[in-house]
Amino acid sequence: MKALFAQTPRVDRSAFTIPVLAAAVLFTWYESEQLTKAPPGDGKVHVKYWEKWTAFEFDAMKHVVDEFNKSQDKIVVDILSVSGIENKTLMAVSGGVPPDVVGLYGPNVTQYADDHAVIPLDDMCKEAGIKRDDYIEAYWDISVIRGHIYGLPSTPATTALHYNRGIMKELGLDPNKPPATLKEMDHVADLMTKREKDGHVIRTGFMPGEPGWWNWAWGPFFGGKLWDGKDKITINSPENIEAYEWVQSYSKKLGANALSSFQAGFNNMFSSPQNPFMTGQNGMEIQGVWMYNFITKFNPELDWAAAPFPAAKPGMEEPTVIDLDVLCIPTGAKHPKEAFEFLKYVESQKGLEMLCLGQKKITPLKKVSAGFIENHPNPFIKLFIKLAYSKNAVSTPKIGIWAQYLDEINNACSEITLMSKTPKKALDDVKDRMQPMMDKYLERLKVRGEL
Amino acid sequence: MKRMTTREAFAGYIFASPWILGFAIFLAYPLLASMYFSLCDYSVLKAPVFVGIDNYKLLMGDDLFWTALKNTLLYAVLALPASMATGIILAMLLNAKVKGMAVYRTFFFIPSLVPQVSLAILWRWVLDGEHGVLNPVLKNFGITGPNWLNDPVWSKPSLVLMAMWGVGNAMLIYLAGLQDVPTQLIEAADLDGANSWQKTRNVTIPMISPVILFNLIMGIIGTLQVFTVPYIMFPNGAPAHSTYFYTEYLYDNAFRYHKMGYASAMGWIMFLMILGLTFFSLRMSEKHVHYQGS
Repeated sequence: MKALFAQTPRVDRSAFTIPVLAAAVLFTWYESEQLTKAPPGDGKVHVKYWEKWTAFEFDAMKHVVDEFNKSQDKIVVDILSVSGIENKTLMAVSGGVPPDVVGLYGPNVTQYADDHAVIPLDDMCKEAGIKRDDYIEAYWDISVIRGHIYGLPSTPATTALHYNRGIMKELGLDPNKPPATLKEMDHVADLMTKREKDGHVIRTGFMPGEPGWWNWAWGPFFGGKLWDGKDKITINSPENIEAYEWVQSYSKKLGANALSSFQAGFNNMFSSPQNPFMTGQNGMEIQGVWMYNFITKFNPELDWAAAPFPAAKPGMEEPTVIDLDVLCIPTGAKHPKEAFEFLKYVESQKGLEMLCLGQKKITPLKKVSAGFIENHPNPFIKLFIKLAYSKNAVSTPKIGIWAQYLDEINNACSEITLMSKTPKKALDDVKDRMQPMMDKYLERLKVRGEL
Repeated sequence: MKRMTTREAFAGYIFASPWILGFAIFLAYPLLASMYFSLCDYSVLKAPVFVGIDNYKLLMGDDLFWTALKNTLLYAVLALPASMATGIILAMLLNAKVKGMAVYRTFFFIPSLVPQVSLAILWRWVLDGEHGVLNPVLKNFGITGPNWLNDPVWSKPSLVLMAMWGVGNAMLIYLAGLQDVPTQLIEAADLDGANSWQKTRNVTIPMISPVILFNLIMGIIGTLQVFTVPYIMFPNGAPAHSTYFYTEYLYDNAFRYHKMGYASAMGWIMFLMILGLTFFSLRMSEKHVHYQGS
């Protein structure tokens, strides 16, 4: 046998290798072309729509998209759920391949408008009869930058105090009488707090850093401002310092280390049965209209209620955070007109109510149908709608450097909670860092002829 | 003959052209472009505006830049020697002639296959001061564990501890190096009456010194570019910017603050830093690294 093989003429392997490799390359190319080939033309304009939502929030918008697609025969909206939407939009716009519609977060709009990454919608809105008067002003105004409208409201929210009625009953307090002032809330929080003998916290009544999404709002809740509306960063104003002194009072009461350790255990636990409010480990917290959805999902047995967040001082009643998702048309979109047709459909009372009811949020429109409230599962929906009109409703400042300013405030909040700095020192530091950036930002806008 | 050489050279370039094109488009151009952008006010969305060395000047006066750089260097100083020592010790243990060694080797290598994101989430559960797994274990030994993730003093050591999980790759390279140590040298040392430590110190370590140098350089690059785990575990560099690393600030500037010019300048400073440290390591190695056959 050995001899037989030895006598066999040697086959030149390379004679096979190249054709096989070439065939493999050709096959791969053919397959990838087949996979990425555009579907056969249906004669309709396809509008690409990127949205940040997932799960039931995405489904709610998908329903609206389907309804729109059914309502006419010229345009098809293709919705795609995209994570990290701000970054991807940034890259897509700069690469010249943006979607036709993008769902951004309200506070992003200024940054994108400053760089002309989204187009102004004034003329199209005028033509379509979409106007400020129909909307709750606080929501409409979020996307108005230097007099131009760059985005239209999709789903709005307000925040309120969510409190555990069960714990109130356990302490002999009236569960129908939530605290109305911050002083009262601090007192209830003290009563709710449970600690072990060694100081270890096992239940808190309130934690200013939970969920920690609106650390910037404490100042405005005390009547402070984050900027003067022109060119000054005012984070270290007396009202803001007072607010963060209140934030730090919780670290003083519970011990900075004990509080941060207790709270750290709930990091990234919002959408989970371990959420401290659901487990009863935190008696009261500031949360948005969506909290109902998560309570129903993770602990439907929880005895809870929502009330306006307590007033820090007289005149500051019913403070709330105005939160908004917006729909924008990126610069370079291939079908801006068709994209706006879709926006027009969403912005109708029917469209917005379909979307907001699907997401169990409030509607940004002043006009609310009876059915919307009747069919809304959140028992406190009227409260959340009312709060949107509050004179103490606060929203993020419309400045393009907000992302960085927010990071600085969050870091200051971390230092304040850990008691590594006094509130005044931490806020002075933020001001020292942000004022030069603000000056540079405004200078850049001036150079570009924006101001 | 000359004609043949030209033809050969031409064919050579044609065959190398996919790489040359790839290099030019995906590496050389971005590299040069980022150098230009580092001298510009550039938000990605608007055309770059040349501002000279303004970005570099601003960086020198940026406290957060220095905080991030300090954090990164401190992390590198802690994590690099620790992971190198762990890698070498593990490799030596796994080089022993013991039954079932393949199983042990797999065991110690597996953690380095865990994706960084999963690793970050997993370690949050382990190190959580309140509900974590580690502190109750320490309590059994009478040790009160610290608030690993939320105490600015302990947050960086926590990351160093986690970095130990990724030593599998380096360990494998050390192991390959160890298996390359000529047995006759060990036997000669045995005959001379050397003990284990003397053999390790005078034979094994010098023989694997090229591998140590390689891992040192890769380690410098890796630790200075630490990003994924702290970015997921410690949002915004919390607590109090104690885990805010260089690459995180670079990323934030580029993609969240739309300051691509500023971020490019940071990228170049990082590049020069790594280049300098690598050059320094190579120079230092001339005295300490022994190549077989040289």
